[in-house]
Amino acid sequence: MGAVWTPLLLSLKVAGWATVLNLFFGVAAAYGLSRWRSPLRDLIDSILTLPLVLPPTVLGYYLLVLLGKRGTFGAWLSGMGIELVFTWQGAVIASTIVAFPLVLKSARAAFENVDKQLENAARALGVSEAGVFFRVSLPLAARGIAAGVLLAFARALGEFGATLMIAGNLPGRTQTLSVAIYEAVQAGDDSTATLLVVITSVTCVAVLLIAGRLMPGHTRRADLS
Amino acid sequence: MPASFTAHTLRRLAASASFVLLALPFAATTAHATDLVVSAAASLTNAFKDLGAAFEQQNPGVKVINNFGASDILMQQIVRGAPADVFASADQTAMDKAVAEKAVQASTRKNFAANQIVLIVPSDSTLPLATLKDLTLPAVKKVALGNPASVPFGRYTKTALENAGLWDAVLAKGVMAQNVRQSLDYVARGEVEAGFVFATDAAVMPAKVKVAIRIPSDAPATYPIAITANTAQAELAAKYLAYVQSAAGQAVLARYGFLKP
Repeated sequence: MGAVWTPLLLSLKVAGWATVLNLFFGVAAAYGLSRWRSPLRDLIDSILTLPLVLPPTVLGYYLLVLLGKRGTFGAWLSGMGIELVFTWQGAVIASTIVAFPLVLKSARAAFENVDKQLENAARALGVSEAGVFFRVSLPLAARGIAAGVLLAFARALGEFGATLMIAGNLPGRTQTLSVAIYEAVQAGDDSTATLLVVITSVTCVAVLLIAGRLMPGHTRRADLS
Repeated sequence: MPASFTAHTLRRLAASASFVLLALPFAATTAHATDLVVSAAASLTNAFKDLGAAFEQQNPGVKVINNFGASDILMQQIVRGAPADVFASADQTAMDKAVAEKAVQASTRKNFAANQIVLIVPSDSTLPLATLKDLTLPAVKKVALGNPASVPFGRYTKTALENAGLWDAVLAKGVMAQNVRQSLDYVARGEVEAGFVFATDAAVMPAKVKVAIRIPSDAPATYPIAITANTAQAELAAKYLAYVQSAAGQAVLARYGFLKP
């Protein structure tokens, strides 16, 4: 069963980390973009959305060139003892970047829908900018952010192209569910492939069900009173 | 309005996130001193899994980690500094590039196996394919072949078809596979009428595909293997290379249909 559980746990680990990172960076970038008044805003937004439209293999190639030991950035990282190619941390970076625009887009829309009057009212009452963010804007935008974050988790769980490029296909180390399925098909091992596909599908349905319970308005009605 | 419960949602999300954080420490996994990472061509998948297991048995404590993929991608990864110890390519072109980039130790390069390109059809196919020229028959609508720009079996196929003067005609029906197992899979599932693969790949699915034509080749498809330039396991890698070329290693390769180089 190790052939099944190892890639499953690795996929959850990679997608989990990608989601946590995106919760930080995606929300921060979205808040920045929604509040920033500059003609450059749309350009930056487009550049940050690129991972959604670029083929994942292209992205993976960029990452390989950039983060490989012989790449500029990779050489610097390597000097500090950090290696990303052929590691699960490399897979996290690939998944994070691929899923990033999903959080960015949802969170930016959510922040832009927050009633400015409520934020201004808080400011008028002497609440600091950080306080406005954490006590007014973020709670009001939470629903949209949550939706984006869950989408990002699902996307990260299925990541294949960029992951295969930078993290490779190392069983037990970087072989995620998607990559394991690909290798099983390549090896003509249809039974393993089918088993892995069923496990992936069951996992995704379970994640979506749990996600549904986390979403507002589902089970917490009792709290509303 | 639900400010309280959206805040609640956020708290729950944050709680789940921190659970993930705690459960899955982001520690750098340092490679064990006895791990050997072998980047090997996709067509070697079944044989090298066996070879790796046998090598592990002979060398207790050693763990062989196979990274299977298209030779050119594996070469790119190694050129960019991926921590592989051994590179086994399905043709000389990918290995030549690795040597030119000084990504492998040229002095360790050896041919360890040979293969043959075959044209396969689904096992229930009734198409009368006797020569390559028959691929121009209207009944043959799609032919799976490798992209010569990126996969060795594609380059061998292109050479064979060019020699027969059929490259353009077949290319018009061509479905480009990114690696040899994809081509095999298209044929096994009946998505194409015929496809080019290595003889060893055809042997992986004897129930689903059959060989229609063996391509006589002037330049045999030989597989080179070499130790990478930035390996930290040079000694173990050399031992692995010796094992692959030993009688025992060659027997495993022969079992999967590989020929002597």
